[in-house]
Amino acid sequence: MIREQKEMERNTGKKGRFGEFGGQYVPETLMHALLELEQGFQEAIHDPSFLDEYRQILKDYSGRPTPVMHCKRLSEEFGGAQIYLKREDLNHTGAHKINNAVGQALLAMRMGKKRIIAETGAGQHGVATATVAAYFGLPCKVFMGAVDVERQALNVFRMKLLGAEVVPVSTGNGTLKDAINEALRYWAANVEDTAYIDGSVVGPHPYPTMVRDFQRIIGDEARRQMIEKTGKLPDAACACVGGGSNAMGLFTAFLQDPVLLYGAEAGGKGTDTGEHAATLTKGRLGVIHGAMTYLLQDKDGQIIEPYSISAGLDYPGIGPEHAFLAKSGRAHYEAITDKEAIDALITLSVREGILPALESAHGLALAIKKAKTMRHDQTILVCLSGRGDKDVHTILHVLNQKNEGSGKA
Amino acid sequence: MSRMSAYVNKKQDMMFIPFITAGDPCEEATVELACVLQSAGANALELGIPYSDPLADGPVIQKASKRALSHGMSLLQSLRLVKKIRLRGVKIPVIIFTYFNLLLQLGEENFFREAKENEIDGLLVPDLPYEESRELAASCSMHGISLISLVAPTTSEKRLRKIGADAQGFLYCVSSLGVTGVRRRFHPDVFPFLERVRRACDLPVAVGFGISSGAQVEELREHADGYIVGSAIVSEVGKRADRLKNEDTRFEALQEISDFLNKNLLAKHKVVE
Repeated sequence: MIREQKEMERNTGKKGRFGEFGGQYVPETLMHALLELEQGFQEAIHDPSFLDEYRQILKDYSGRPTPVMHCKRLSEEFGGAQIYLKREDLNHTGAHKINNAVGQALLAMRMGKKRIIAETGAGQHGVATATVAAYFGLPCKVFMGAVDVERQALNVFRMKLLGAEVVPVSTGNGTLKDAINEALRYWAANVEDTAYIDGSVVGPHPYPTMVRDFQRIIGDEARRQMIEKTGKLPDAACACVGGGSNAMGLFTAFLQDPVLLYGAEAGGKGTDTGEHAATLTKGRLGVIHGAMTYLLQDKDGQIIEPYSISAGLDYPGIGPEHAFLAKSGRAHYEAITDKEAIDALITLSVREGILPALESAHGLALAIKKAKTMRHDQTILVCLSGRGDKDVHTILHVLNQKNEGSGKA
Repeated sequence: MSRMSAYVNKKQDMMFIPFITAGDPCEEATVELACVLQSAGANALELGIPYSDPLADGPVIQKASKRALSHGMSLLQSLRLVKKIRLRGVKIPVIIFTYFNLLLQLGEENFFREAKENEIDGLLVPDLPYEESRELAASCSMHGISLISLVAPTTSEKRLRKIGADAQGFLYCVSSLGVTGVRRRFHPDVFPFLERVRRACDLPVAVGFGISSGAQVEELREHADGYIVGSAIVSEVGKRADRLKNEDTRFEALQEISDFLNKNLLAKHKVVE
């Protein structure tokens, strides 16, 4: 991971930049904390004992390495490439978010921080952070948009049960972007003893780099596992992208390989409807949460609230490294609608007995599209970033509506 | 001599630099408030541009942003509003306080053209720290606009010297960590911090974030050349938003705000001549 970071810095000549993307667009009150964090992270990531501890905890506590499995029946159904899943849904707490939460909590303790805070949208990163806070015995506050607190009552309860304090954020629109704003504001006021555990590859430098490095274990394992299983690299790798942490975790291992990389953005009700979170398809260059990247905004530069059926993809920006990979053409991003994601979710449930998270179903839907255009002897690896238990209410609601709708029609 | 250095310099005794949000609650009220603030003895006016995601601001200014955005206020409209403020006889320097994304979307060229046409004197971009602002600082110098830099109690000595050496206009010292908003207390390190700042920079030093009373201003007098008041004023505007929007009640509401300023915020000597 260090080698590639150095390459990236050489390419751009500017610290914390991926081409023109990234940077540190934050108030001066946060600069000290970011500089301190960057130094702490650089020291930790070069310290073998830190990395050993990180890997050991993920092994014992989260059950890593997570398996890669061949979806035989699913692949047969579409008659194209062989589809493989990297089973991040089998992690403790049910999603890849724990990889990063463990890494950043370890770093916080190493840097002498006494308390941790986090933001959360759907609640997955909040649950992961509350979990590691309990594991390490750290007091924890999770900022969550007031609207999301209503929508994700189960995860709110889980966080509280784990001993975390959930802070509802009613400023702005009361969603993920506002929760991030409020977490950053709180951090600015309490930087001296508090660590902010950012859940995705977004935000000011060093977060996009650090979260990627704590998530690249996904791709590093999967690359080895694919070679063990199939004797070769996959032909393509695919993941969903909100901020983009599971996708960066997967892609990073393959950046130097002849592997096609696909990212699925949330197309919501369609990218022409205005109700979507398709940042790369519809966004413009700007600054959000401290980073230069593409984002959904109006003509004046006011940030627009995105929409997706999947709360975890419901973010108006995108990680700056994804913006860079999209612009350079190294990775390709396409929008997947709510409907396509639901269809993929049902197909995987029925064909393989796996209920994926709505987020991950977006990645799967795009992978199925691509698999159909590929040869039978080719392979496509999908990051199944989380399990779908948290989404059953949403899915039930959608399917009921559909049934009522078709009844009337 | 620029308007900025004529009004904002070390010879002034405790400069008063108020902040209001452009278009809060409406354009007419902003023009009138600017006049009130000048008569109250302001040395410069900070005009905040409403933004959907104001990271450095506390709840009071967030709400002001919302009020202004509800009728579609933009950076461009705000810049043009300054011309109306000038026509009403406001002579003090006007500093545009805007988040970077708004500036980026308007475009630098457009910004500087409009800034010149509308007699803008300074620019403050709260989410553009030293490292990210070098190009903009150079453009500002070229166009005769002061790019105001911020420093905080957590700013290291080395950083402070760098920022201080390149600062323009005055140096904005954040009195306490966190966001804008009224506070009862300053950061415990604020006085030693202000001494560090004075050693690092020849420009006037103004303190902001959390100032809401004349007593606080007196506390700072020995350590700074001026003070910035945002939330305390914006909160008074917020309380009277409806009356400020209505032509029939606007004058009365403005008079109350003027009384509030004289009673609570101004250092004794400042009471309107």
